[in-house]
Amino acid sequence: MPDKSRHAPETVNQSLDSTLESVDRAEELAVGMARTAGFDEDGLVKIGMAVRESMVNAVVHGNRYNSNKKVRFSVAAAPERFTVRIADEGEGFEFQNLPDPLSPENLMRTSGRGIFLIRSFMDEFQIRRLDPGGTEVTLVKYMVSK
Amino acid sequence: MSVKLNTRQVGDVSVIDVSGRITLGEGSSTLRDALRGLVAQGQKKILLNLGEVSYIDSSGIGELVSAFTSVTNGGGELKLLNLTKRVKDLLQITKLYTVFDVHETETSAIRSFA
Repeated sequence: MPDKSRHAPETVNQSLDSTLESVDRAEELAVGMARTAGFDEDGLVKIGMAVRESMVNAVVHGNRYNSNKKVRFSVAAAPERFTVRIADEGEGFEFQNLPDPLSPENLMRTSGRGIFLIRSFMDEFQIRRLDPGGTEVTLVKYMVSK
Repeated sequence: MSVKLNTRQVGDVSVIDVSGRITLGEGSSTLRDALRGLVAQGQKKILLNLGEVSYIDSSGIGELVSAFTSVTNGGGELKLLNLTKRVKDLLQITKLYTVFDVHETETSAIRSFA
C-alpha cells in the first residue's frame, strides 16, 4: 500500500465558462477526484452538492452568465483534506449577514439555501472578496482515516 | 439526464411522477411549467411522486416550495410521495420536511386529500 502522506496532492486547475454546463463539469470533476481519493458514497454526495451550489453561485450570481467572465475552479486532493476553490469575477456581495434560511420568516422563500447547504455538507467553508474584484469560496472536506 | 415527468389522474388527484434530476436549468423549469399548467387548469389536488428523483439542488427545493405556496394560496393541496433518502435528508436539513405532507404509499397519499 503506497504511503499517501509522502505523495504530493493531486491538483486540478481549470478556467470555466459561466454556463450551467460548467456547473455540471465541475461537479463531475470534483466527485471523480473525491472518489479516487477514497471518499464513501455519503462523502461523494456531499462534495458534489457543495461544489454544485458553489458553482451555481459563481455562474449565476457572481458572473451572471457573462460569457466574458470566467470561473476559476481548482481541486486539491491531499491525504488529509480535499479542497475545492471556486472564484468568480463578479461584483461581490455582502456575505457577512446572509439571511438565515431556517428562520420562520425565511423558511418558505424560494431561494437563499445554497450557502447554508454548502456549510452543512463541508467541514470548512470560507468566503472572501478578491482584489480587484470577484468572490472566492474555499470548501474543505476532511479525509476520514479507515 | 435531466428530469422526466409523467402526469396522470387518480380520481380528482393529479399525480406527477418525477424522475431524474431537479436542478437549476431545464430540470427545475420543466417541473415548474408542469405544476403551473395544473394550477392553471384549476387542479386543486396535486401529488408529486419523487421516488425516481436521483438528485435535487437548492433550486429544485425552491421549486417545491414555490409550488407548495402557489397551490396552497389557491385553496389547493400539494403533497409529496416516495421521498428518496437524499431528498428526505435535504428537506430535513432545511426544515422543510414538516412543511410538506409526505407519504410513503400512493394509497395513503390519495386518501389524505380533503
